[in-house]
Amino acid sequence: MQPKILLEKNQFDVKIKRLCHQLIEAHNDFSDTVIIGLQPRGIFLAKRIQKELQSILKNKNIHCGTLDITFHRDDFRTKELIPNPTNIDFTIEDKNVVLVDDVLFTGRTIRAGLDAMLAFGRPKDVELLVLVDRRLSRHVPIQAKYIGITIDSIASQNVKVEWMETDGKDKITLFDK
Amino acid sequence: MNPDSYRNRFQKKMSHLSVNHLLGIKNLTKNDIELILSTAQNFKEVINRPIKKVPSLRDITIANLFFENSTRTRLSFELAQKRLSADTINFSASNSSVKKGETLIDTVNNILAMKVDMIVMRHASAGAAVFLSKKVNAKIINAGDGAHEHPTQALLDAFSIQEKLGDLKGKKIVIVGDILHSRVALSNIFCLQKLGAIVKVCGPLTLIPKHIRSLGVEVELDLKKALEWCDVANMLRIQLERQDIKYFPTLREYTMLYGLDKELLDSLSKKIIVMHPGPINRGVEITSDVADSKQSIILDQVENGVAVRMAVMFLLAGRQG
Repeated sequence: MQPKILLEKNQFDVKIKRLCHQLIEAHNDFSDTVIIGLQPRGIFLAKRIQKELQSILKNKNIHCGTLDITFHRDDFRTKELIPNPTNIDFTIEDKNVVLVDDVLFTGRTIRAGLDAMLAFGRPKDVELLVLVDRRLSRHVPIQAKYIGITIDSIASQNVKVEWMETDGKDKITLFDK
Repeated sequence: MNPDSYRNRFQKKMSHLSVNHLLGIKNLTKNDIELILSTAQNFKEVINRPIKKVPSLRDITIANLFFENSTRTRLSFELAQKRLSADTINFSASNSSVKKGETLIDTVNNILAMKVDMIVMRHASAGAAVFLSKKVNAKIINAGDGAHEHPTQALLDAFSIQEKLGDLKGKKIVIVGDILHSRVALSNIFCLQKLGAIVKVCGPLTLIPKHIRSLGVEVELDLKKALEWCDVANMLRIQLERQDIKYFPTLREYTMLYGLDKELLDSLSKKIIVMHPGPINRGVEITSDVADSKQSIILDQVENGVAVRMAVMFLLAGRQG
């Protein structure tokens, strides 16, 4: 199969703006809510969401941290991934946490993310926001509350999310492995 | 970017050690050392969290075999193992069947029969860890073998220097004291040189190994000159327990010539960093006011030791043997 472009620049921005407005509907001024992006690829979306929320709400005080899940993965002995920095310089105790990742596939990353997050306190409520939901591929019962796009794909396919920050463009592509 | 280069980028990020055991720094590549230090950086963040534990090694059992006395290293390894959720068993030679004449291989094989995956060993004989790695089927970590190597100490020293000074390339480090009997000195020399630092040793000639220059290390007999030259001074303990003959007339004379006191430290033209692998003989190689001064990073070394040992065990456990 030829690589199929799922989203590009303008649609990309629209999706992020829509996700932000959905978040504001649920969390008002974000005084009791924090955003945590999962390393390595969820942090770009998390930072983008934080920036957009700051601009919409005219509030610079929206907390956004990064969380690495390498030490909590159930497959590290088969993958040998290098850990990335975790930086959560605010408390999550009794806060609403929005976990952010780029693609929701098997759900195992989010499972590990929930586990890793609890080392920083006991949040009041945890929600999941993803840019791409690959439904039909779940290994664990995990569901996102905020979704950019939902796609039907099979395990032999890959979803590639490119970011302006690292790849020079915003683009989501579906291709065969 | 095409999908292939996308995959390659992720593959580049995946990395592992080039060795199955940590027997000494000599066997490690620069990449190995950098991987351990960068992973330790992540573990340092972990051990400063409210909940300092991660589940990475919950399926691993580790035996700590200490055939020689140790407080700091043993506690540091044990704590690192607990922070990684590993199961641990501890063994010290003084209250074991070694006293009844059991050989090292028999002792270890008996322990391995209990399904142990990794062994941390300290032994009085140089090469004990290498010997064990060839005879038994478990990951071996050398926690000090005689006067040979003490790799995790060197790694935590490098990590602590890097934390203060950044990249080690071109940094000047002097190791002062009993170089002859020190496994810390040898591991430090290998480690610091691999990371691009320039290393000198300083001490009485009787405590400097004869062929040390062949390692690319300069020898300086005058402590004041050595300290003026360096960015970091690593003060070693005089290992009286390993000294079979008299290497210097008296401890007092040694202290007068090679002990670091506040007066000497303050007389230097720049602020150097002072390290010590412990245990400190206060008033011998270093005075109390220097050990407790702002220039001393001795307690940072201890904290970093846990993070570095977590990184070593994490990376070795992840390595498919």
